[in-house]
Amino acid sequence: MNVEATPAPGPAVGEGAGARRLTEWVFRVRELGIIAALALLIAVTAILEPRFIESDSLRNLALNASIFAILAAGQTLVIITRNVDLSVGSVLGLSAFLAGDLLSGNQDLALPVVFVLGIALGAACGLLNGVLVTWGRVPALVVTLGTLYAFRGIAFLWTDGRQVNAETLPDAFLNLGTDSVLGVPFLVLIALVVVLAVGQWLRDYRAGRELYAIGSNPEGARLAGVRSDRRVLSAFVLAGALAGLGGVLFTARFGTVDATAGTGYELTVIAAAVVGGVAIFGGTGSVYGAALGALLLGTITSSLIVLRVEAFWQQASIGALLLLAIALDRFVGLRVDAALRRRSSRRAA
Amino acid sequence: MAEGVVSEAAAALVELRDATKSYGAVRALRDGNLALRPGEVRALVGENGAGKSTLVKVLGGVVRRDSGDMLVDGQSVDFHSPHDARDAGIAVIYQEPTLFPDLSIAENVVMGYHPLGSFKRIDRGAMNGQVQGLLDRLGVKLDPERPVRGLSIADQQIVEIAKALSFDARVLIMDEPTAALSGAEVERLFAVVRTLREHGAAVLFISHRLEEVFTICDTVTVMRDGAVVQDARIADMTPDEMVRRMVGRELSTLFPKQDTAIGAPVLKVHRLTCEGVFVDISFSVHAGEIVALAGLVGAGRSEVARAIFGIDKPDAGHVEIDGRRLPAGKPLTAMRAGIGFVPEDRRQQGLVMDLSIARNATMTRMRALSRLGIIGSGAENRLAREWATRLRLKFHRLENPVRFLSGGNQQKVVLAKWLATEPKVLILDEPTRGIDVGTKAEVHRLMSELASHGLAVLMISSELPEVLGMADRVLVMHEGRLTAELSRADADEESVIRAATGHVGEVAA
Repeated sequence: MNVEATPAPGPAVGEGAGARRLTEWVFRVRELGIIAALALLIAVTAILEPRFIESDSLRNLALNASIFAILAAGQTLVIITRNVDLSVGSVLGLSAFLAGDLLSGNQDLALPVVFVLGIALGAACGLLNGVLVTWGRVPALVVTLGTLYAFRGIAFLWTDGRQVNAETLPDAFLNLGTDSVLGVPFLVLIALVVVLAVGQWLRDYRAGRELYAIGSNPEGARLAGVRSDRRVLSAFVLAGALAGLGGVLFTARFGTVDATAGTGYELTVIAAAVVGGVAIFGGTGSVYGAALGALLLGTITSSLIVLRVEAFWQQASIGALLLLAIALDRFVGLRVDAALRRRSSRRAA
Repeated sequence: MAEGVVSEAAAALVELRDATKSYGAVRALRDGNLALRPGEVRALVGENGAGKSTLVKVLGGVVRRDSGDMLVDGQSVDFHSPHDARDAGIAVIYQEPTLFPDLSIAENVVMGYHPLGSFKRIDRGAMNGQVQGLLDRLGVKLDPERPVRGLSIADQQIVEIAKALSFDARVLIMDEPTAALSGAEVERLFAVVRTLREHGAAVLFISHRLEEVFTICDTVTVMRDGAVVQDARIADMTPDEMVRRMVGRELSTLFPKQDTAIGAPVLKVHRLTCEGVFVDISFSVHAGEIVALAGLVGAGRSEVARAIFGIDKPDAGHVEIDGRRLPAGKPLTAMRAGIGFVPEDRRQQGLVMDLSIARNATMTRMRALSRLGIIGSGAENRLAREWATRLRLKFHRLENPVRFLSGGNQQKVVLAKWLATEPKVLILDEPTRGIDVGTKAEVHRLMSELASHGLAVLMISSELPEVLGMADRVLVMHEGRLTAELSRADADEESVIRAATGHVGEVAA
């Protein structure tokens, strides 16, 4: 990711150049590692079942991962601040049904309006989460576990057993889920834009860097004059807004929506972020890693389906991957810590 | 209250008038009067708990004063957050670490104030260049792009200093900035402080090293028991006088230790070392003796206690009980060998706050009280009641959770828990912190009584009157080393403070 030109290390740069290279290398390895795992997975599956790499199949892979990647981008913002948002699946469900309900009731409604309303609904849900976490001083795990059920409950009340079907939705909207621009599905394009935008914001803007500071040392961030509450609140609002966007896209892609849309997505999304190297205790990780994690998880599921592996093994393999990723992070983290300390003590000596 | 106020023509950059701050019932700060004028380097000195850090936090916008006025450039202000203090040009280096281990040194320094380029994007080149400049000015070879994780304490301190210097602060407040620095690094910091002074900034310098205070400061504010008691020019003060002003109070007669026949050595600590924390600690404690381990916060006293009890594993040295060597890093073995350990933070480490008084008091005897793995509540209550009576515990029912007890009574429960194991050595870390005066005397009476029955007691205390009143012998630590061993006759406030601040041998004890 960091492909900017680094100035040649001058004479003032002592031990640190090595330490820096080491940590940069670890972060790159993290993302490259996922890409390598992806390539290996696709290659093995393709050998066993050549149809897996037909363009339709790959297209489906990318489409399936897109919504998860958007959610994972939002989740990353929250996790980096040492919080978590378990309610994203329910928020997606609400927004998906809103989009379906609006459009089946009024075929001529301008699509941007639907998107704006879906995103706004998600942002409002995120705002509620954020307010409870920052002003209410309630742990995010508890708050969003509560809103996970509450939002889902609202969805059930609202739908009242109804279901939105593809036939009642305007074609222009459904085409969003299938159309391509220059061969790239529209949905994938949106996901790419979202991931890149959030990634750049986290990397190159003060507000983004402050999220890392908050997650790395909350008390330190406060003493450094970071307005932590405001930043954490904005992370939750953004995560909610992206879940809202995901909801509208969900309806466009699948056409059929009921009150259960997006159930269980939150765990997949958190798993994607963790597999992608976002530390669950905050402070490190990137949106790119999380998005790649989403792609990897989606690809595993698809490849196991293609290989006709039983559903149980699909779940188990995702679990194994999670444990592997965490174990690897811990191992590499300890090694890097030790290396950094060694370099420091050499300097002191 | 303040004497000999320095009269300066220049208006104060920042001033506190009669500021107070209480935490619950504890008055951490009263009579908070302090003015910092352009070109002034002012020392803030006082014992542990004298209220220095509270005063700094009020100035830094971390805590809000309960009453009194704060003025910046003569205008009344109210800081709601550290952000406001920073906007007013006040930079603070706090005692506790405030760095972000996952981020680079450069980002740590400029957090929230990154230099920006086009589209408000962070200009990384400018950021790294700026921080490199600061590090060069401080004369350290550190790469601004390396993460803070893994830096030594001294280097972390340098990053904290760079952070405070990163914007044009008119007021720089440093709470013990030199604690971890080497001589050369301190010199360079002082050079920077002198430059700041020449440019008209004001510096507030907190240090326990009096020689530093006399080297760098122009004026001094002395605090004692939460109040500012003196404001003077350094030139008008001597180190002796300063120490006297810091200590100042009459030694109360609240803490009597009965004279007891001192028996054979029970606990022997032999050359205990834990790299970077404490070095070469050797001493012994005899039966019937109370030995105090005195020193400043951060001198490594609690760490020594933890290593003796086996919570932390030392790098070298060993501990003996009755001549038998204990394996390192095994608390359970230490317990069976006869060591009891009452930790500093009873709420976090000493008690399970939601469990009953009886369950807490008998926790160390669970195995003896249980039959086939089931603890009989009858036996539990009998044992607990016995100790409650012996320790004069004030409670309603033994079944009530300990969190409803007062601090002093909670401490008695912790004591009961350890006394039930019939230890030979009892280690007490700050046994009376946060306990009201009446119960304090009770705890002291208990300690004395226990010693008279032949228990060897090692007491860590930051309260000088307690140390001087209770201890048969006083060991003093300074920056991880034992700097003095004083008999009851030789120990007085000055000799202990001197050793605790690293001034050994300057004045005959």
